[in-house]
Amino acid sequence: MAEFLQFFFSGLTVGAVYALVALGFTLIYNASDVINFAQGEFVMLGGLSTVFLAMAGIPLPLAALLAVLLTIAVGIALYYLAIEPARGASAVSLIMITIGASIFLRGTAQVVFDKRFHSLPPLFGSDPIRWGGAAILPQSLVVLAGAAIIVVLLWLFIDRTLLGKAVIATAANRLAAWLVGINTRQIVGLSFAVSAGIGAIAGILVTPITLTSYDVGTLLALKGFAAAMLGGIGSALGAVVGGLVLGMLEAFSAGYVSSKYKDAVAFLIILIVLFAIPNGLFGRGKVERV
Amino acid sequence: MSKLRHAVAVAAMSMAALTAGQPAAAQIKIGSVLSVTGPASFLGDPEKRTLEIYVEEINAKGGVNGQKLQLIVYDDGGDANNARTFATRLVEEDKVVAMVGGTTTGTTMAMIPVFEEAQIPFISLAGAVQIIEPVRKWVFKTPHTDRMACEKIFADLKRRNLTSIAIISGTDAFGKSMRDQCVAIAPKAGIKVIHEETYGPRDSDMTPQLTNIRNKAGVQAVVNAGFGQGPAIVTRNFRQLDIKVPLYQSHGVASKQFISLAGPAAEGVRLPAAALLVADKLPNNDPQKPVVTAYSRTYTQKTGQPVSTFGGHAYDGLMILVQAMQRAKSADKAKVRDEIERTKGFIGTGGIVNMSPTDHMGLDLSAFRMLEIRNGDWTLVPEGGS
Repeated sequence: MAEFLQFFFSGLTVGAVYALVALGFTLIYNASDVINFAQGEFVMLGGLSTVFLAMAGIPLPLAALLAVLLTIAVGIALYYLAIEPARGASAVSLIMITIGASIFLRGTAQVVFDKRFHSLPPLFGSDPIRWGGAAILPQSLVVLAGAAIIVVLLWLFIDRTLLGKAVIATAANRLAAWLVGINTRQIVGLSFAVSAGIGAIAGILVTPITLTSYDVGTLLALKGFAAAMLGGIGSALGAVVGGLVLGMLEAFSAGYVSSKYKDAVAFLIILIVLFAIPNGLFGRGKVERV
Repeated sequence: MSKLRHAVAVAAMSMAALTAGQPAAAQIKIGSVLSVTGPASFLGDPEKRTLEIYVEEINAKGGVNGQKLQLIVYDDGGDANNARTFATRLVEEDKVVAMVGGTTTGTTMAMIPVFEEAQIPFISLAGAVQIIEPVRKWVFKTPHTDRMACEKIFADLKRRNLTSIAIISGTDAFGKSMRDQCVAIAPKAGIKVIHEETYGPRDSDMTPQLTNIRNKAGVQAVVNAGFGQGPAIVTRNFRQLDIKVPLYQSHGVASKQFISLAGPAAEGVRLPAAALLVADKLPNNDPQKPVVTAYSRTYTQKTGQPVSTFGGHAYDGLMILVQAMQRAKSADKAKVRDEIERTKGFIGTGGIVNMSPTDHMGLDLSAFRMLEIRNGDWTLVPEGGS
């Protein structure tokens, strides 16, 4: 039982990380149908610039805030310099642009920062909380709480504000949204800004657990993307559930099956789930636009 | 008349060009292909800086045998195909006399045939034992092998009477290779590996694997073969689960960065490492002390970054080559090769090198020091006691 609990805690820790990264994918996808593969780089930027700002002597909370603002600026720049000029292009071309942006950001980070691994101090210390023979780090709970707060805020924003409605309208039909007076360009730009912000916050929260370096984004984006697909891409709740499920799958297959095959087992189950429910656990069936 | 004058002028100019060209022609060209960018950049970058710093220093002191060194560095980005292309270019276009480089085992293995065929001495900076086993006539290497790291750890375990161990290793090339070597030599060292776990090089939580190790009866110590951030997370999770047996890390994480990443959890962790890391802690009578402190000072001053053992490997390679050229009193490829093989008692950052026709690395176990992390810093474990 103690080991079951420990695997569960491990799954929770890893899953919370994936969930936070997966959340970043939802908004841009909702507003523009683009899967932003530079999302992992937003996570990296958030964590790494906090580390470097803190090293430069800026107090940690301020450094974190500046890092989020910086990443949002990069997100907006990405939209206006790379995505917006190609606005007529298909979603696939735009996705390719985001892949290019991801490589560019990684290369730049390698030069601007460095190639080493860095860490941040956890918010509530590194003494594990012990319960029923298992141990979990307080930071894992912080990450979970962060994911929960972001989900609620996103939901409030999308469902309760006019701006949020505009995002939905833009996603549903850009031309119609434009005709009723929504500045669709600004809306998509906004979705990039918010996604970058979510990514940066994710990066800051997970760095005490995963550590960070210039190339940490690639794998996080891949796992986060898998989690978002599993949960149903576009759904914030789905992103969190998908992340947690993916983390649990990895932890339990590492614990009970074999650590050698844990990724294989996890992805096999995801494939099976997606065969059965192609839209993911919380995905809405997509309506074909004519 | 004017035609004649013109001809004289041309002749004079070409004479001048010839004499001016002479010193350039008399340079000794040393080639290098390093992974300065890409995933192995944290190895290749200090290697490149080290080579540049010391080639400049040697030239400032008058060069080798009265000739200046010319260093030609190419960046393979960690890609073995690129490495091979650049190796061919060094041989055919640049016509180098010797080669110091090859950051990773992969790039080195790809370049070996090129230099073997061209009969150019090649001093590799990569880890794996396959580079020098079987012995190849023109290929040498400076870093210690992962097999030696296993032997060093096992020797320390025996001293502490710990014989049943668990191994947790990363699934990257380094972790896999070291795990294979450790498992292969364990029976000979009198060590039983009773449990094994692995983790992906980018995993962020290893508690399930460590829980299984904790639940396995009879594990007296845990050895982690790994590289990068994985071992830091293993160390943190190890303390998180409150596992009481000793934890050994590998030379792959022997840097101050590991201590800062693992934090207080690193306390009490042991690992084998080159003397370079503990330069200031070596006893004054240690033969390596002057070399490692000098290198450490120079590198830190010139680059503003802390030393790593990888830059040290490049230093050793360059110095072995330079001394061989001095002994050969020429830059003739075959003579230099023979002198590299005759290197005896060379004190480098990686250890004391005694090469022979059957040993193209020339290091023994004394190259490694067993370190223990205490109060956030390295301490030397006395070789006699535990």
